[in-house]
Amino acid sequence: MADINAWIDNEIKTNDVVLFMKGTPQFPMCGFSGQVVQILDYLGVPYKGHNVLENGELRDGIKAYTNWPTIPQLYVKGEFVGGCDIVREMFQSGELQTHLAEHGVKLAAKAG
Amino acid sequence: MDMKESIIERLTAAFQPSALEVIDESDQHAGHGGWREGQTTHVRLRITSAAFAGKSRVEVHRAVNAALAEAFARGLHALAIEAKAG
Repeated sequence: MADINAWIDNEIKTNDVVLFMKGTPQFPMCGFSGQVVQILDYLGVPYKGHNVLENGELRDGIKAYTNWPTIPQLYVKGEFVGGCDIVREMFQSGELQTHLAEHGVKLAAKAG
Repeated sequence: MDMKESIIERLTAAFQPSALEVIDESDQHAGHGGWREGQTTHVRLRITSAAFAGKSRVEVHRAVNAALAEAFARGLHALAIEAKAG
């Protein structure tokens, strides 16, 4: 477990926005993960997705690392933001956009 | 005790909620990962409690998840939380 903790630690500290999810950003395998993908894509947030279904050690490891029993889990600048419900509530109230801006996350120009 | 009753009992003991609704949405996830036929695996909570006042969203969800640790251990797979202070 020490190895997976170190790997997660490095991953969230070397990438601005990281989403631990079921499936991939292109093909989410769970409705809750899919909702977070839609929100991030809508806002034009560049992020790195990790499919926990492909890695049992990561699937258990991220739950223990965050002390959070469910997937998805969103990290911004090394800090846990929340799961699907929290991300959606923050998006709807505008807090997510503010949080990203305050942490210096640049949004890509929206397609279309 | 079934899963839903157990969830209600634990949340009531932990937070003395002024409003609590526990909705079993397991059937909506039939065939999906984590679903087990005839079992309560996917649950939505609507909970209002004075205990949440002054807490961040993450703190509230952590407290709810912690109160339901035993339910997760017994096969609860997905928990949607709509929490309010009050």
